[in-house]
Amino acid sequence: MAAFSAPLRRYYAFYTTGFFIVIVVLAILERYGMPPRWIGYSFLFLTIFLYATIGVLARTASISEYYVAGRRIPAVFNGMATGADWMSSASFMGLAGTLYLSGYQGLAYVMGWTGGYVLVALLLAPYLRRFGQYTIPDFLAARYGGKPARLVGVFATVLASFVYVVAQIYGVGLITSRFVGLQFEIGVFVGLAGILVCSFLGGMRAVTWTQVAQYMILIVAYLVPVTILSYQVTGIPLPQLTYGQVLQQVQALEEKIFDDPAEIDSRHLFRQRADEYYERILTLPDSLEEERERLSARINELKSSNAQMRDVVAIERQRRELPHTSDAARDYWEHLMRQAAQRGAEPEHHVTVYPGDGDGVNETARLNFLTLVFCLMVGTAALPHVLMRYYTTPSVREARTSVFWSLLFILVLYLTAPAYAVFAKYEIYSTLIGSSMAQLPVWVSAWGKIGLVSIEDVNGDGILQLAELSLNPDVILLATPEIAGLPYVISGLVAAGALAAALSTADGLLLTIASALSHDVYYKVFRPNATTQWRLVVSKSLLLVVAVLAATVASQKPATILFMVAWAFSLAGSALFPALILGVFWKRATPAGAVSGMTIGLLVTIYYMVRVQFDAIPWLGIDGIGMEPWLGIQSTSAGVWGVAAGFLTIIVVSLCGKPPDKETQDFVESVRYPEADRS
Amino acid sequence: MKLTQKHQDYWRRNLRITALLLAIWFVVTFVVSYFARDLARFTLLGFPLGFYMGAQGSPLIYVIIIWCYARYMNDLDREYGVNEVEHEADDQRP
Repeated sequence: MAAFSAPLRRYYAFYTTGFFIVIVVLAILERYGMPPRWIGYSFLFLTIFLYATIGVLARTASISEYYVAGRRIPAVFNGMATGADWMSSASFMGLAGTLYLSGYQGLAYVMGWTGGYVLVALLLAPYLRRFGQYTIPDFLAARYGGKPARLVGVFATVLASFVYVVAQIYGVGLITSRFVGLQFEIGVFVGLAGILVCSFLGGMRAVTWTQVAQYMILIVAYLVPVTILSYQVTGIPLPQLTYGQVLQQVQALEEKIFDDPAEIDSRHLFRQRADEYYERILTLPDSLEEERERLSARINELKSSNAQMRDVVAIERQRRELPHTSDAARDYWEHLMRQAAQRGAEPEHHVTVYPGDGDGVNETARLNFLTLVFCLMVGTAALPHVLMRYYTTPSVREARTSVFWSLLFILVLYLTAPAYAVFAKYEIYSTLIGSSMAQLPVWVSAWGKIGLVSIEDVNGDGILQLAELSLNPDVILLATPEIAGLPYVISGLVAAGALAAALSTADGLLLTIASALSHDVYYKVFRPNATTQWRLVVSKSLLLVVAVLAATVASQKPATILFMVAWAFSLAGSALFPALILGVFWKRATPAGAVSGMTIGLLVTIYYMVRVQFDAIPWLGIDGIGMEPWLGIQSTSAGVWGVAAGFLTIIVVSLCGKPPDKETQDFVESVRYPEADRS
Repeated sequence: MKLTQKHQDYWRRNLRITALLLAIWFVVTFVVSYFARDLARFTLLGFPLGFYMGAQGSPLIYVIIIWCYARYMNDLDREYGVNEVEHEADDQRP
């Protein structure tokens, strides 16, 4: 193994140095007047070209290379690849912003997305590696005797992974459209090309080596801006250690800002506006007509009084955007009411835990925090694209070590994300809030143009209050280089990092879906006699079809995309986690128990999500299905019910049936002991 | 497959370390988060303790748990003489 890793380390050392040289060269070119758009293009095409090169060099025609990279990825490199595979555009772009907006409550993601690896390491990775086939449904089929378990496993794998991959491709579209000015739909398909060059020719082997390259880019891109910011604010370039002090300064700023009279006034005005929308919703449908007449009257009044053309156009747009039916108006105003109410709400301190009315703990917030952590952890330990990575190590021992490396590499990002949130908060509270509306920094208007920052001088005093500023979570990470006043080359680097995060995760997911369909459904169920070449042809064509399908869905910009990502964890966790765990640790679990447990777990989760989240599904003609959440638990944590139902069903149904046969019991023994022979 | 006493010992010790580490995992995740409000009275590096555990403490403990498990189990394999052979590639497999 050592002979195999030494040249690899050298290659990647050269590669990392090369990457730093490129950054420096671009920085110098920028000083000599290279326009920002070109820097954006350079980063986009250089990195995609790099991934394509690795993808082509690692092409393969062997089944084992294609599905599990020949099972010879050293633990450290598998750890890095898992890191890139794992950290999606949600972790890279969204996490820092979520932490900025929700303070302590956002830490559920940090704990959930790291603690899940304890479950992977202790309960799954070594046993799956010992089993040593190609996919997760392979394990279910071997343990639970045959096709039903395999097919339910495939269904859950494809469902969870597809939802997730759509979100990644959507992320690619956003990055390319923001940084290089491509149209969103074109950006999606450029990203698609970037994904396919990695996975199409070389399968898991190529994906693994591009993911290692992508990990390095994304981690450098994540660390550089906040490290510089930390140096500027505290004089020490170690944001993870210094943000404790900055947090105390933020608390002092919060005390001052929250009780400022102008601030209280702005919040009051927003709450009043929310009440007005509420009134209007109550008096539908008359209020819709009244509102239209009111706007028309206002337009005529302005026109006759020689007002600014800009004001007239703004109100005309308001009138145009007014919905035509009273159902649409209800949705429209409810949305605006929620927005206004949110801006008018009492702000919470960054470190306040489970904020409730007064000084007490909000029990619902606490319960939601704990259940979300649980769902994210269980989901982590059940998402097939992560588990599959532990099939690629040379041995069980390396699989165990590899989980350690994975989490270590992942932690570098997750320990930095809360620092991002605190430094950004410090900069915004100390310099932006309280400054004059006429002299806001350039980044505010630049990101405002694409709707990520919105500002409204509600009390008309010409000064920016905290309540008057509303930020989209993604902007915290994307705008940090500008907030810190860094050159554009750093922004380009951040974009390249975000692209690497989205592409690497999308690659892993697409490959997982294609393997589940080609290996588990086509080869194992329909054509067990298919030749090796033919299996690869099927796998590659499916990869292409799924990729185009996912890009098509992503280019429709589905509105519920953020919910869908959180749902993927609950779906995977409730369908696969109980069956996998009991499959290793409980010999008595039977095929009937597993199949019914997986199905019921999945159904309970879907039932809860749909009924809590939606009141109506128009395209199915279903109406009035909304329900009150049980114990106030949100739909993103639906997995708690599904996982519980899954475990319960497997145990009850298994105990009612006959114990599994000798062969199955022997199989369980064989995955428990690394040396045991499986024949 | 016949199970020897050695196999059973190995598995029992595996279960014991797994249960112990999972208990630690449970405490630093769920118990600490449940009482996060009460832990805010203490501070560490400028952070309230509850916040610190969520942001850094618990994740760092997770890595240590995984490291301990890998080390303990890899030693256990050696002790029970189950040093598996690392196969270079497995193209021959069906």
